[in-house]
Amino acid sequence: MNAINVSRRFFIQSTLAAGGGLMLGFHLPTSAEAAYTDAKPWKTPEKGIEVNAWLVLDTDGTVTIRVPHTEMGQGGMTSVALMIAEELDVEWTKVRAVFADPNRHLRNGKEYKVMSTHGSQLVALQHPHLMQAGASARERLKEAAAQAWGVKRADVTAKQGVLTAGAKSAAYAEFAAAAAKVVLDQEPAIKKDPSKWWLLGTGAMRLDIPAKTDGSAQYAIDTKVPGMVYAAVKASPVPWGKLKSFNADAIKNRPGVIAVHELRAVAGKRGQPDLQDAVAVVATSWWKAKTALDMLPVEWDFGDAANTSSKLYSETAKKALGEKGEMSKEDPKALEVIAASQKVVTADYERPFETHARMEPINATVHVQDDRVDVWSPTQDQSAAVLLVADQLGIDPKNVYAHPMFLGGGFGGNGGGGTGVTRQAAELSKRLKKPVKVLWTREEDVAQDKQRPMSAARLSAAIGPKGLPEAIFTRALWFSQDKQNQIGPATADYGIRNMPYNIPLRHHERHNLDTHIPSSTHRAPGANQTGFITEVFVDEMARAGGWDPLEWRFEMLKDKADWMLVLNTLKEKAGYRTDLPKGQGMGVAAVECHGTIAAACATVSVTRRGVLRVEKIVVVADPGHCINPHAAKEQMEGATCYELGHAWLGGLNIEGGRIVNTNFDTYNLLRMELMPEVETHLALSGGTKWGGMGEPAGPPVPPAVANAIFAATGKRIRSTPFKSHDLSWA
Amino acid sequence: MALSLTINGTTHNVDVEPETPLLWVIRDEVGLTGTKYGCGAARCGSCTVHVDGQPAKSCQLQAASVVGKKITTIEGLSPDGNHPVQVAWREVGVPQCGYCQSGQIMSAAALLARTRNPSENEIEQAMSDNLCRCGTYLRIKAGIRRAAQLGV
Ligand code: FES
Ligand code: FES
Repeated sequence: MNAINVSRRFFIQSTLAAGGGLMLGFHLPTSAEAAYTDAKPWKTPEKGIEVNAWLVLDTDGTVTIRVPHTEMGQGGMTSVALMIAEELDVEWTKVRAVFADPNRHLRNGKEYKVMSTHGSQLVALQHPHLMQAGASARERLKEAAAQAWGVKRADVTAKQGVLTAGAKSAAYAEFAAAAAKVVLDQEPAIKKDPSKWWLLGTGAMRLDIPAKTDGSAQYAIDTKVPGMVYAAVKASPVPWGKLKSFNADAIKNRPGVIAVHELRAVAGKRGQPDLQDAVAVVATSWWKAKTALDMLPVEWDFGDAANTSSKLYSETAKKALGEKGEMSKEDPKALEVIAASQKVVTADYERPFETHARMEPINATVHVQDDRVDVWSPTQDQSAAVLLVADQLGIDPKNVYAHPMFLGGGFGGNGGGGTGVTRQAAELSKRLKKPVKVLWTREEDVAQDKQRPMSAARLSAAIGPKGLPEAIFTRALWFSQDKQNQIGPATADYGIRNMPYNIPLRHHERHNLDTHIPSSTHRAPGANQTGFITEVFVDEMARAGGWDPLEWRFEMLKDKADWMLVLNTLKEKAGYRTDLPKGQGMGVAAVECHGTIAAACATVSVTRRGVLRVEKIVVVADPGHCINPHAAKEQMEGATCYELGHAWLGGLNIEGGRIVNTNFDTYNLLRMELMPEVETHLALSGGTKWGGMGEPAGPPVPPAVANAIFAATGKRIRSTPFKSHDLSWA
Repeated sequence: MALSLTINGTTHNVDVEPETPLLWVIRDEVGLTGTKYGCGAARCGSCTVHVDGQPAKSCQLQAASVVGKKITTIEGLSPDGNHPVQVAWREVGVPQCGYCQSGQIMSAAALLARTRNPSENEIEQAMSDNLCRCGTYLRIKAGIRRAAQLGV
């Protein structure tokens, strides 16, 4: 650090954080002052001594933490650094974060345990081994110092980067080399108790922020390798269509065109395509490749899928809702009670396919050379990118080097969605013997994405004398190619089959229907669609029984302490009321996913002519523990915006088997002027609960808004997008 | 065709088709990658730059049409990354994935250059073309208010 930085050293300010804990807030952190990351965080640090795979200590005090996970805006890079720094006990301002090497991870038998970043798991599931990495390094440093100083390890303290025993003291880095060789009888325990944390839970500014304010942060799309050529690619607009022919001669004299290549489909896991039939134009610049591709005459054989449409999907769903599901949790008693009941509430719900549309359009750069292959891919799992490229090229993964970059969004799609483009780049680089960057246009990105499955459900409940449901029938369906795994049946009815409410009798069925639209995980898989279905139905059931929907939830969840904590907090913070004038209303919803319960209260206004305004959304979540309230709050706001956008304005339209709204003019998502005020609160139940925060806040938002629209207008919304409903009232 | 463009105060001679969008000249020819591609259709604002001080979507501007104009990208907004909007962005902690943020910052800086203390409405109007899938809108608003305090 130079003199200016020293003189402007920030001081640590103690204030009471919202949750009552001590907050260490840095004053005006600038990129030079705050803990930092590089604009090119995949660069290997040149100096310093490695204590373990996660940690490098430098004599100038810099602590480099290698982050195995993806940074896609969720704050993962900072979370990893925080967890390790907490146990290591170093000055936060000295911490530098870089991405870990996926090749090393695979070569050394999954050295980082897991690199994939999905399912809101980073903190929830990975904290034990990440905190362990910091704790183990700290104890080794202490042991190394103890041996050198001739004292016991217990007599050495390690604090803020300094080892001390009596009058002796030394910076960590002095013992880094010795520590790396220390063998401990037993690894130290990690600090599970939040009251013992000095750094976690205090609300750190994210390390990646400075690089994202001056254009220096590097994303995969920014990759430039000497000698690189660019490819624009078009796959069959109807998924699974076959490439019949194309006329390369028509464009071969276009400026900059180098080659036109045909790519053939490669089947991936779980019945999903890893690569579709496609044609690629390679040129000296991407713009030249793209404009030539637009002029290339191509013929496809779309097959039967060309006869499908959103309308047909809807009709198929309606029909299937009238048929017995392929999997059932039979309860004949439930069906009898419903058949005999005086008061039955029945409703059908439907939600369309949605796309990820991360801001960074899908791309990949691959450089195949004789002895090594380099990969730049915007994937949520860099180690999977290594294996994927090795598979496409038929080579040993140990010669494949992936360079993790920042991701311009992920939303669950860049694990599955990034596969096709990475195979395309690998294949083209192999054929051309040059580094190739493949970039999909936004239109291609939407058309070829693996989409969030369309879903529908029929729910029916018998309302008893107290106005509460005595039995419920649920039949859920969704359209997914995946017949086995996480985006298949298991999530099709997640949240419906396991509703938290104490309904005595339940009968459940589900369908997993065929589709030619490739499907994938999508932020809060399952819950993102079913949360709407269950929570709007709850509103309907409650009102049919004469209950206030929020009071109904208190009654039906009264033996579940964590749900009660979330709902009580919501009630208190949101100022929930039912006496607003017509045209205004409040609605609530609560959904659990990724181990976290989240509840939302929406306030809306609807003009007589039906113009909706979402005024405010209060979100409360209980992930049990929270290591970075700043990032948690961002995720809650962000997920609110994300799900509200889909539910209000989204929905993919399919005509002739293809998705037709493939850019932001027709797939128009939430913009600033429609963004409601969002207030977020954590209600932490602690204990052994560690839930995720990247996804759970989204699912309760659409039903809370739909329920608020009902309160305001008396109009019941059972499908999305809201914009396709007439909300006018008299 | 050889064109001469003035970007961030430096003259760049590039050899591109005259109708090539400025965005791709900036990114692939000049090598400034802070300006992003998001839609190519004037619907996301990720590619926002300043042309003679006015915000413009570089995906919609033909390179030949900006010859002789003063083009500013995120890299040239300030010499040291300390334009008040950038300072405010770091204080508030605006970005998430960050991909849209160059465009957001350029739109915000242009707004504040013409309106010192914009109203809520003026902010929403000026920023309505800038899409953010991460949902950072509320912090963008807070960032703009803070930058207005700092004084552009
Ligand atoms: S890329 Fe120019 S507005 Fe989207
Ligand atoms: S910060 Fe990710 S799109 Fe705006």
